[in-house]
Amino acid sequence: MSGIDDSLLNEADETVRVRLIVNGRKVACEVAPRETLVDCLRDSLELTGTHAGCEMGACGACLVQLDGRAVHSCLIFAVQADGATVDTIEGLSERGAIADLQAEFHRRNALQCGFCTPGMLVNAHELLSQVTQPSREEIRDALSGNYCRCTGYEAIVDAIDAVAKARGTSGGVT
Amino acid sequence: MTAPLTSLDRPNSYIGRSVPRPNAKRLLAGRGRYVSDLRLPRMLYAAFLRSPHAHAKIVSISTEQARAVEGVHLVATGVDLAKICTPWTGTLDHFKGMTSAPQWPLPVDRVVWAGQAVVAVVAESRAIAEDALELIEVDYEDLPVVVDIDSAREAGGALINPGSVNNTCFRSQLDNGTVDDAFAHAAHVVEEEFTFGRHTAVTLEPRAIVADYDPADGALTVHHGTQTPYQFQDLYSRHYNIPEARVRVIATDIGGSFGMKLHVYHEDMAVVGLSILLGRPVKYVADRMESFVSDIHARDHRVRARMALDAEGEILAMEVEDLTAIGAFSTYPRTSVVEGNQVIRLMGAPYRFKNYRATLEVIFQNKVQTSQYRAVGHPIACAVTERLVDMAAAKLRLDPFAIRAQNVIPDDAYPQTSPTGYRFEALSHQACLTRLHEMMDYDGLRAKQADLRKRGIYRGIGIATFVEITNPSPAFYGVGGARISSQDGAILNLTPSGEVRCLISVTEQGQGTEAIISQIVADQLGLAQDHVKVITGDTEVTPHGGATWACRGAGIGGETALQATRALKRNILEIAALILQEQPSALDIVDGQVVDTATRNQRIPISEIARIAYFRSDTLPPGTQAQLTVSHHFAPQGYPFAFTNGIQGCLLEVDVETGLIRLLKHFIVEDCGRVINPMLVDEQLRGGIVQGLGAALFEECRYSDTGQLVNGSLADYLVPMPMEMPDIVIGHVETPTADTELGAKGVGEAGTAAASACVLNAVNDALAPFGATINSIPITPMKVLTALKRF
Repeated sequence: MSGIDDSLLNEADETVRVRLIVNGRKVACEVAPRETLVDCLRDSLELTGTHAGCEMGACGACLVQLDGRAVHSCLIFAVQADGATVDTIEGLSERGAIADLQAEFHRRNALQCGFCTPGMLVNAHELLSQVTQPSREEIRDALSGNYCRCTGYEAIVDAIDAVAKARGTSGGVT
Repeated sequence: MTAPLTSLDRPNSYIGRSVPRPNAKRLLAGRGRYVSDLRLPRMLYAAFLRSPHAHAKIVSISTEQARAVEGVHLVATGVDLAKICTPWTGTLDHFKGMTSAPQWPLPVDRVVWAGQAVVAVVAESRAIAEDALELIEVDYEDLPVVVDIDSAREAGGALINPGSVNNTCFRSQLDNGTVDDAFAHAAHVVEEEFTFGRHTAVTLEPRAIVADYDPADGALTVHHGTQTPYQFQDLYSRHYNIPEARVRVIATDIGGSFGMKLHVYHEDMAVVGLSILLGRPVKYVADRMESFVSDIHARDHRVRARMALDAEGEILAMEVEDLTAIGAFSTYPRTSVVEGNQVIRLMGAPYRFKNYRATLEVIFQNKVQTSQYRAVGHPIACAVTERLVDMAAAKLRLDPFAIRAQNVIPDDAYPQTSPTGYRFEALSHQACLTRLHEMMDYDGLRAKQADLRKRGIYRGIGIATFVEITNPSPAFYGVGGARISSQDGAILNLTPSGEVRCLISVTEQGQGTEAIISQIVADQLGLAQDHVKVITGDTEVTPHGGATWACRGAGIGGETALQATRALKRNILEIAALILQEQPSALDIVDGQVVDTATRNQRIPISEIARIAYFRSDTLPPGTQAQLTVSHHFAPQGYPFAFTNGIQGCLLEVDVETGLIRLLKHFIVEDCGRVINPMLVDEQLRGGIVQGLGAALFEECRYSDTGQLVNGSLADYLVPMPMEMPDIVIGHVETPTADTELGAKGVGEAGTAAASACVLNAVNDALAPFGATINSIPITPMKVLTALKRF
C-alpha cells in the first residue's frame, strides 16, 4: 500500500456490518460506527421518507418504529439497531397499516410541505395503538415533539381525532 | 325542499370548492422528492468551515492538511471562488441612496458575522468533508464587533464596512398632511416605544442544493430547494458567465420556505462554483445549526410611534420612527430594506386619517443578514398601530371594537389612497369587524373575563385589524432594476388522449399551488380535475415567471392559468366547430365533452377532437392547423398591489405568578377576494397565524455581546409546538379584485400579519388590572413578570 499516508486513515474509515429487518425484509449494511440510524436508512437503504430535521431529537421528522415503538432515528447509531426490526413510513404505507390516517390527513389537508408528515404519521400510529380514544388535548400532548411549520397543527389534530373515532366505531384496527 | 342550485352545482365547477391536493398523497406515503433526498452519480458533498468571530480580518488560511485527507476532492477559499464568480451587491435603484458592500461566495479578506462560511471542502461524503474542516487553520485578526443598534449608530464608533462614513444602509422618510398641526391640536396623544426581536424561518427541511456542472456541454443544472427557480437561473447565469439557456434550475418538493429560500446564500453560490471547478455534482444541505447561523433572519425593529386623536376618539395623525438592524450586508437580490419600507408604509393602513410622518433607518451590524420572511413588515406595522389604537381606546374609555368601527375606512368609501402612498381598490374592514364580533361572542367573553378576574384568573382579549399586500406588480422589484418577474407564464396543451397538461411558472411549496391551478384549468375548460396535470418548478420546461412569493401564486398565477385555459378552449372549440359544422360560439365544453351551448346536448368528446387533430389532420378542412398547445403570459395591471384585509381576535390567559401565557382560542375574519379552495385558504390562515403566534410568544435569535448566536438549535430556540397552540376559528368576507377575471388575491401572509399584534393586545388587556404594560415581542414570561414588577 505504498503511496498512502497511513496517518490519514483513521477509525472513521472502518465500517461495521449491521443486520436489520427493515419493512419486513432482512437487510445488511456496512456502516461507520458514527453513522446514525436515520443516515443509514436514508443513504444506505435509500428510504428517504424518513427525514432529518434537527438531528437532536427535538423535531420528530425522523421518527421510525423500532421493534414496534416510535423512536428518533437521529438519536441512535445504526450499530445500536443491529438485530432490530425497523418500520419506516415506506413500510407502514405499503402494508396499509396507516392507510386510514393517510386518507384522513389527505382529506383534511393536514400537511403542506410534507416534510414533517412521515414523523407525524408514525407518532399518530403509535398514539392510536396505545390510546384508542384520545382527547384532543391528549393528541396535542402526544404530538408535542413533532414540529410542523406549515399547518398550525389543528388539521393534524382533527385528522387523528377523526381516525380514532372511526376506528372506534368500526371495532378498531390493529 | 332542496337547497337552491349554486355555481358549484354545475359540472366541473372547481373554483370555490374544497378539494384535496392531488400531489399530497405522495408526501403522505413518504414519496416526496426533496433536494435533501437527491443522489446523483459521482456526486460529492460540500461542508463549510465557519467563522467563530463576528468581525475579523482573515490573515491567512492553511488548507494543506485538509487537502491531503483521503476522499477530499477540493478545498476552496473565497479567493479561489472569486476567480470564477462575479460579486453581487444587495441594493435596488428605487431605494435611493442605499448602500451595501459587494459580496462573494466566500469572504476574500474579512468575516462579518459569527457563522459566516469561510472555506469549503468537497469530499466523497459529508462526514469526510467535516473531518477535513477540522484540519484547516484560519488565522484571524479581531476587529471591533458591532452588535446592537445603538452602538452601530454611535458617531465615531466602529465601522462594519471600511471606507463608509457610518453604518447606515438606507434612510427613508414619508410626510403627508399636516402632522405637527394635528398633534398640536389633538385632545389625546398616545405614544410608545416597541421592540421586535429577530426570528427566523426554521423550515423543517433546511436549505438544500445540488449543483451539477457538465463541462462537456458547458451546462449547469441546479436542483435547488427554492421558491424562485427563474431568479436563480438568471443569477447563476450572470455571476458565473454561463449562457442563460444553458442554466437549468429545478425546484422539486421543498420542505418549507416562507420567503427564506428565495434569497442568495453564500454557500449556495459557492456550491455552484465548486461544481464548476470539479465538473461533478456537488451537494450541500445545511444542518440545523448552520441554518440558524446562515438562513436569513427577520424583523429586529425598534419603533417609536405616537398617535393623535380628537376628543371623540377620531384618529388624526400618526408619527413613526423605525430603526432596524439587518446584519452586515443587504441581502441579494431583494435587499434587506423591503421590510422596513413596508413597516412605515403599512402603519395605520386600516384607518382613514390623512396626516402621517415616518422615518426609516436601516443599520448594519455584525450579525447574519435579515431579509424577507413571511408577512414582510406586516407584523411590525400591525402591532404598533393596533397597540396604539388600544392605548387610545383605554384613554378614551372606548371599547376596542368601537374605536376601530369609528376609524376604519368605510367599506363603501373605496377606492382610497393611504397617507403612506398605497392605493386600496376595495377593502371590507366594517364587514370583518362585525363578523368577528359575532364569531367571538365578544360580549360573552368580556362577561366571563370580568367574572374570572374576581377569582384571580387573568384572561386577555385582543383584536387586531390588518391590511396585507398581495399580487405585486413590477413596482415591487422590477422598477428597482431587479431581474425578478412580476408576470407569470403557462403552457397548456390538450394531449392526444384528451387530457390537459399545464406547465406554469408559479411554484409549489405545499400551499397547494398545483391543486388550485388544476382547479382553475378544469373549471375553465370543462374537464374533470383529475384529467389535468400541472407541472411546476423546472426552468427547462416551465415558462419564465415570478414563481410563488409575496402572495402572488393564486392571484397572478391563477389568472395566468385562467386566461391560458380560455385560449386553449377557444382553439379546441374552433376545431370542434369545423368538425361539427357549427359556429364555435354555439359550442361549449362540459365534463370533457363538446356540447351545444343552448341545449347542453353532447356532440363530441374533446378526446376525439385531439385524436383527429393529432392523427387524422387529413380529415380536417384544407388550411386548418389545429393549435392544441397554447402559451400565455399575464402581468398584473391596474393597481400596483391587490391589498387584502381582515381582523384577528385572541383569547388567552396570563398566569401572573409564573408569567406564562396560555393561548385559549384564536379567531380570524379574512378577505382575500375570490376563494379558489376554501380548505387551502383556511390552512394558509392557520399556518400563518401559528407562525405569528410563535413570533409573539417564543421565537427570538439571541446574541451575546460578542455577536455569537447563543440559541442556535431546536432545543434552545423555541418554536410553536402542538401543545401550546390553540384551535383557530375562521370566517370569510369575499371582495374580489376587479383587476382580474378570477378576482383572487393572496392569503399567505394574513395569518402572520396580525397574530402577534393580537396577542400583544390580549396580554396587555389581561394585565390591565395591574397597570402593567408590555411593548416588546416576543412576550416571554420574564417580560410579563418584569412588567408586573415580580422579577
